[in-house]
Amino acid sequence: MKSPRFDATVLTLGFAFLYIPIIILIVYSFNASRLVTVWGGFSLNWYSAMWSNQGLMDAAWVTARVGVLSATLGTILGTLAALALTRFARFPGRMAFSGMIYAPLVMPEVITGLSLLLLFVAMGVDRGFWTVTIAHTTFTMCYVAIVVQSRLLTFDRSLEEAALDLGCPPVKTFFKITLPLIFPAVIAGWMLAFTLSLDDLVIASFNTGPGATTLPIKIYSQVRLGVTPEINAICTILIGLVTIGVIAASLTTKRAEIRRVRDEHLAIRGAES
Amino acid sequence: MANVAETNPVTSTGGPSWTRWLVVVVPYVWLILFFVAPFLIILKISFSDTAISIPPYTPVFEGFGAIGDFFSQLDFENYVFLTEDPLYIWSYLSSLRIAAISTLLLLLIGYPMALAMARAPSSIRPTLVMLVILPFWTSFLIRVYAWIGILKPDGLLTLLLQTIGLMGPDQQVQIFRTDYAVFIGIVYSYLPFMVLPLYSALEKMDNSLLEAASDLGCPPWKAFWKITFPLSMPGVIAGAMICFIPITGEFVIPDLLGGADTLMIGKTLWTEFFGNRDWPLASAVAVILLIMLVVPIMIFQNQQKKVV
Repeated sequence: MKSPRFDATVLTLGFAFLYIPIIILIVYSFNASRLVTVWGGFSLNWYSAMWSNQGLMDAAWVTARVGVLSATLGTILGTLAALALTRFARFPGRMAFSGMIYAPLVMPEVITGLSLLLLFVAMGVDRGFWTVTIAHTTFTMCYVAIVVQSRLLTFDRSLEEAALDLGCPPVKTFFKITLPLIFPAVIAGWMLAFTLSLDDLVIASFNTGPGATTLPIKIYSQVRLGVTPEINAICTILIGLVTIGVIAASLTTKRAEIRRVRDEHLAIRGAES
Repeated sequence: MANVAETNPVTSTGGPSWTRWLVVVVPYVWLILFFVAPFLIILKISFSDTAISIPPYTPVFEGFGAIGDFFSQLDFENYVFLTEDPLYIWSYLSSLRIAAISTLLLLLIGYPMALAMARAPSSIRPTLVMLVILPFWTSFLIRVYAWIGILKPDGLLTLLLQTIGLMGPDQQVQIFRTDYAVFIGIVYSYLPFMVLPLYSALEKMDNSLLEAASDLGCPPWKAFWKITFPLSMPGVIAGAMICFIPITGEFVIPDLLGGADTLMIGKTLWTEFFGNRDWPLASAVAVILLIMLVVPIMIFQNQQKKVV
């Protein structure tokens, strides 16, 4: 089955399938005509329409705040969870703990959303900004935990051990040695958490309240009424932001990786001489 | 994983016992409070009466003293209702059917892609992985929305087919708001989730096995079925579960691309909750859905543990 031509065809078709709809969406955000099938010339009308749509802008602001806050909380909790999973061989309920980390990754969103809502109602909490933030923190921390865990499993423990042997207190060792080493993964985890929060419609719909309409909820309610190029415009901006973010993150990770390998190499050479 | 940690119990990053335990306790408590507790509440509410829990909703869970009352109040009314109305049974069955067919389609499309990626020169592999991941980072909602403009009767697909002459000017593509559109939407949205686990399984594969097979005169297609495919099984199972489980409860795709007759349980639950405002019934629907997914979730978790 070694056939480069077959492979090239498969990849071309596959990537065409993945990218053509997105490219069409972006192209039509610059369409002067309201109709999808008619090209009315290049125009930025829909961007200015979007800009002056107060509801859309408010929703974008809510989404940004929820995203930053829940991604930050999720990253802290997820990193702790990853440490717990990789550095603690035994603690009561360890199996259950790793189960709780993996389950939210595949859990249908309608179940997570509905069950959290019922918790908030049972606790007598008013739904709004904070309930959406807590909901997003809960499912994003699991993704962060997986990303950070895979980094913690592969790095050289001897550096940590050396610091501890030389009398460095464990908490300080974590901040001086472990955290800098896993930092690219932590950043990648934060980015993933932020985009997941930015994307989520279902869980946010269940847990939102007055004044906390997020962008996906707003987009969804407009999409139900039909295709409008204004939505294409906001989608294009979101795609652009995410693309820049992902590429920047991957470049940073790569650079940090190269530097880390070099540093470790130097450290080993230093130890040998 | 456990072994690595066991060999070095002293070097755990926590240090003094209280900070050590904080590392475990903080995320643990958070998940119990916001992931496990909600399931207990959903279970409780699914057994309660519609009348008392319709919003404005009187909390049914009054502290832990209520656990005693819990069993005396058990009320299977909602579950009985679910079995009586064929809508729910059909929704469950139809969800499973759509999820199973979609997962199969995803395997058929994703496997050749993952294989091609794994066999590509190692210099371009990171770029290929990046190209698969990038759509996964863009919003789900946006990607589904993109298909509406393509599939709707006066959309781009009709225009394309009319332009190349496969369709008369008065004909239109009748895919939008049918199950076909749902399949397209699902396959499109979940493809990265299928390709990535398959790729990571295929990439690790030892090529010398295939070389040995071909040296011994095994035809390539036979070598594929005897060596490549069995060795990629962990990736196949992981990919299939990562797709199958969330697809079963999918709401956005059937709602935006499916028709009125596209029954999926996620959509039914949504309507029950937001449309009919029947919270206990929606809870019962969720509980049954969860029970249906317990086995696939267990398979997924076992697979993940082996991988880690």
